[in-house]
Amino acid sequence: MTLKLEVDQASNSTGPWRSESTGEGRRGFLPAAILAAFVVTPVVVVLSSILSPSTDVWAHLWATRLPTMLASTATLVIAVGLGSLILGTSLAWLVTAYAFPFRRVIGWLLVLPLAIPGYVLGFVWLDTIDFAGPIQTAWRGQFGRGAWFPQVRSLWVGAIVLTLTLYPYVYLLARAAFREQSAAALDVARTLGCSRWQAFRRVALPMARPSLTAGVALVAMETLTDIGTVRLFNIQTVADGVFRVWYGLANRQAATELAALLVALAVIVVVAERRYRGRARFTQQGGRTRTVEPVRLTGVRAAVALAACGGVMVVAFGWPVVRLIGWALEAQRTDRMATMAGNFTFHAGNTLRLAVFATLACLAIGVTLAVLVRRSGRRSTAAAARAATIGYAVPGPVVAVGVIVILAAIDRSELLPGDVLLAGSLVGLVYALAVRFLAVGYQSVEASLGKVSPSMTASARTLGAGPWRVAAAVELPLARAGLVVAAALVTIDVMKELPITLLLRPFGFDTLSVWVWQMTTESLWVEASVPALAIVAVGVLPVVVLVAALERVGKVQL
Amino acid sequence: MTPALELVGLEVPIAGTMVVCGVDLAVEPGELLALVGPSGCGKSTLLRAVAGLLRQSAGTVRLNGVVVDDLPPEQRRVGLVFQDHALFPHLTVAANIAFGLAGRSRREKRDRVAELLDLVRLPDSGARYPHELSGGEQQRIALARALAPSPSVVLLDEPFASLDTALREELHAEVVEVLGNAKATAVLVTHDRDEALSLGHRVAVMQQGRIEQVGEPAVVFHQPASRFVASFLGPASFLPVWADSDHWCTALGPVEIEGRDPSSPDLVAGDLTIMLRPHDMRVEVGDDAVVVARRFVATGFTYDVRLRSGELVQAEGGHSVTVGVGERCTVRLVASRHLVAFG
Repeated sequence: MTLKLEVDQASNSTGPWRSESTGEGRRGFLPAAILAAFVVTPVVVVLSSILSPSTDVWAHLWATRLPTMLASTATLVIAVGLGSLILGTSLAWLVTAYAFPFRRVIGWLLVLPLAIPGYVLGFVWLDTIDFAGPIQTAWRGQFGRGAWFPQVRSLWVGAIVLTLTLYPYVYLLARAAFREQSAAALDVARTLGCSRWQAFRRVALPMARPSLTAGVALVAMETLTDIGTVRLFNIQTVADGVFRVWYGLANRQAATELAALLVALAVIVVVAERRYRGRARFTQQGGRTRTVEPVRLTGVRAAVALAACGGVMVVAFGWPVVRLIGWALEAQRTDRMATMAGNFTFHAGNTLRLAVFATLACLAIGVTLAVLVRRSGRRSTAAAARAATIGYAVPGPVVAVGVIVILAAIDRSELLPGDVLLAGSLVGLVYALAVRFLAVGYQSVEASLGKVSPSMTASARTLGAGPWRVAAAVELPLARAGLVVAAALVTIDVMKELPITLLLRPFGFDTLSVWVWQMTTESLWVEASVPALAIVAVGVLPVVVLVAALERVGKVQL
Repeated sequence: MTPALELVGLEVPIAGTMVVCGVDLAVEPGELLALVGPSGCGKSTLLRAVAGLLRQSAGTVRLNGVVVDDLPPEQRRVGLVFQDHALFPHLTVAANIAFGLAGRSRREKRDRVAELLDLVRLPDSGARYPHELSGGEQQRIALARALAPSPSVVLLDEPFASLDTALREELHAEVVEVLGNAKATAVLVTHDRDEALSLGHRVAVMQQGRIEQVGEPAVVFHQPASRFVASFLGPASFLPVWADSDHWCTALGPVEIEGRDPSSPDLVAGDLTIMLRPHDMRVEVGDDAVVVARRFVATGFTYDVRLRSGELVQAEGGHSVTVGVGERCTVRLVASRHLVAFG
């Protein structure tokens, strides 16, 4: 879950009540910078490996896997990006501009596929369309035993699966953008000779471009960083390469350098996103005016709209959930449940512990940063806070590699008592997860703090409360909705997270997602169903929270 | 002459409620008609129905004599300018203006855009983006965009409401001039009575979905057709009148009433009131009345005065005389025209 509520920074950062001018600004920067350094260091470590490239490793990789990795990564990212763009945007426009039965419910049901990690949707569909699955069996029954069927474990099927789990990013942002658009612009376009369709293509769509681009960038980032789904479909991406080189070749230097390459790809995505916005600005001036009024669809057209949304829902959410439940029941019938129940408690316990630690870490750092930024009016403090959130734009394997390199260095330096090892400890794992997901927590906290008006802080100060009492007694209680959202979002992210957990977990510390990974790499679908179902069930919750929050705020931003 | 825009018995519902209830209106070619009324009176809805963005439940819209009821907005050739300008933020100024010129050659488009940029006096801004313009400039570009396809009528929906006062006045004159130079027919919707009175060739006053009166500014201001029109268009005081043999009497003395003969009063005394504007009365030193409140205005003071007969009136006093609140004064009737009476 990676959408953050937008802060109305404009209203927050202007006017005489912006911040106390009591010289506190100077005190804010240093702690913020330290926190930022804490988060940024692993990424810097990985990047710095480029400065001293081991040429023989590169030469070897170039000669062997690297071209394939780059080609399949690029193909996959473009395919999933385009697929999500088309699917997300058309669904968003359909539920915004047209009225048909169940439109409101469908409007938010369409976000639910976000709760299903790619590696779960992947293995359900893999089973469904695999050689022994119902679809191929029926196909052979129809066209004979030797009938051709597309390769199942392929890049294209993988791309479809990733599209189905990631399109909600585009959908949510596009829907928010379409909803925000004033109907006036579309009305003007109509009077200037555009049909409804032309008005959509020439006005609504280009005006939503920044949101669509942001959505596609999120999708691209998630695709870059995915290792669970690509492994299921045998797609050799760069992220997958980092993982294989790390484990298969046990070559840390090569893995680190590949991770740096992954950072470069992520940077390309971010830069492309910024570039594509261009000089035009897309927000509309003037007050919030009438918004687009949906056209009522009836008869066949309503049925088609309903079927389109329903179809996506079934493929991306309904069928996988039904199938997982079926498997879980099957496990119970075949007595495998007893062993699984024990397993489940173990894995769920680990997941819960990890989620609690990581969430607490993210919230503690996030709240501190947000309060520091609010206190100090200085740009440098805000810049430090922004730097601290880059972890989110850095692929998981990169963070993992960076953290391990740092921890190993600390262990070697003998700064700590001899028997304490950070590498391979829970501390390392929590650190890496905090680096990766701090942005999620920080943004939510900052967004709700932004809504506490500066004049309220000023009133509290004049009533004799010191800056930290103001934070504890006024600001944070008022921002508690944001804290809850932040906690929910970080929790679900940690639960679904695979690459960092896989690379950094202490020996024997397996979580639900690791369990799913282990079972699916051995095609044990039934065994994977119970933990997968748990991940999905918990994952639905934050989606609901998020949707509810979006309904209220009405605005989303990267 | 065929009206550029003609509405006959127009009724427009929104979500089951009749918002425009039977409007008849004709706008002559080249005319600027100001449609004024309080918020929620249905004036914007009327505009949207004319543009084809809303469907009427009864009545007819004619543009240059042609019935356009069944045409979608894109085929009506109507220009639209909104309060928030609704410029397309992703297009340059030139592309915004050229938006409605689909189907013309590149050269025609370029020439037309240049022509309009000249018309709105922003000749060098074609390559800029809307957010790089000031509010007033945006408004002028919105007008240029609406005028580009030479529409039968330009509809302006509160076009000045988002601008600050100084800019608004500057733009008033300019918009009138641009519309005049373009020989465009226009309907200007506003809730600002001064704007309506000063800009409109004619003013249509709307209330609760109906047009109460249409006429030249001086006519609707001095001879309002209803008490609503009288109070909506400016400060108005109402005084009872009665007939005394051959003339009409009020608490302030005898008056002449438009279209009513005092020698054959068709109404019982007390049922008839006349409308007076503040400048029809003058506050002078005296002791028939008491000043309740006073406000400084450019022309002197405006006073709220309680007459001995009990009525409260609003009257002007020059700079030379100042009467304080609570002090006594006299109100003298200075109206030199026939007054309007309501039964």
